[in-house]
Amino acid sequence: MLLPGVAVFSQSIQVVDFEQLQSRLELRNDTTYVVNFWATWCLPCIKEMPAFQQLHKEYASEKVKVLLVSLDFIKHIDSRLIPFIEKHQLSPEVIVLNDPDANAWIDKVSPDWSGALPATLIFNRNFRGFYEQEFNYISLKHIVDSNLVKL
Amino acid sequence: MKNKLMTLLFSFIFASLSMAQGYVAGDRAIDFRLKNIDGNYVSLANYPDAKGFIVIFTCNHCPYSVAYEDRIIDLDKKFKPLGYPVIAINPNDPELQPQDGFEKMKSRAAEKGFTFPYLIDEGQRVYPVYGANRTPHVFLLQAENGLNKVRYVGAIDDNYQDETAVKEKYVENAVNALIKGQKPEPGFTKAIGCTIKKKN
Repeated sequence: MLLPGVAVFSQSIQVVDFEQLQSRLELRNDTTYVVNFWATWCLPCIKEMPAFQQLHKEYASEKVKVLLVSLDFIKHIDSRLIPFIEKHQLSPEVIVLNDPDANAWIDKVSPDWSGALPATLIFNRNFRGFYEQEFNYISLKHIVDSNLVKL
Repeated sequence: MKNKLMTLLFSFIFASLSMAQGYVAGDRAIDFRLKNIDGNYVSLANYPDAKGFIVIFTCNHCPYSVAYEDRIIDLDKKFKPLGYPVIAINPNDPELQPQDGFEKMKSRAAEKGFTFPYLIDEGQRVYPVYGANRTPHVFLLQAENGLNKVRYVGAIDDNYQDETAVKEKYVENAVNALIKGQKPEPGFTKAIGCTIKKKN
């Protein structure tokens, strides 16, 4: 069952500019969005990736959506990013943000962001938190649990 | 008494905040004494004739740094003769990022033909004072009565990926502004970069 999913990844990975990503960062509803900015070349990003993977799996039945925004270079999508996704069987959605004028959009993600990776945005209709730090599963789960929208 | 304490407390909080955020345009930058790849120690004070410095925290391993290597060499070639040499500093702990070890710095500099000092921030004491938080991260300094004033902090230009698609050459424009006696605008930009590797 896993194989078809992997095959879909290989065929295409969505590449967006910041404007396209921004509409997703502005969603305010009952779902808690966990958006992680990362890259395959970023060691601390790779180290914390299992936490996002686990969150995605354990909250599959909850209103939690994990989005992995890769800042890998376009020319490295086929040679590095897709092999990484396949090797680690990353299950959350992965998109590539290709918008090299980062000075124009870093503040729109959060004025608190220096631009260093990894960085994570967690938000829903009641809450918005930005974290320029490395997570482990416990610290990530703690923030998500304390801010889930109670229906 | 209470007011005085509050004032003290507030100035302490502001001091810590500004330290955490690093230098901004107008601040006075510290000098340093760091080991160059040729084995000699380099300080800003070694350049009495410099009008300023393009200090760049950069490293071997980071793809963003690698993408900018040629542009850093170009900056040095262009501005060293005008009094603004590039001083590159690797801020990473080589134990955490072996590719950024001293020997690897030497070989990378030789491969690329670096025309500028490539220093190692041994003990990682310099980059936190400047407030570098990623590589590459530029601090443009202007010499002024024996002091070095920060004039620009941020990215080299607005396109790490494609040099030919650059619209704004932040550092080049900033140095040109200084040469004309003007204040660089913008004095601050942000960029995506690799975190500086430091033990917790």
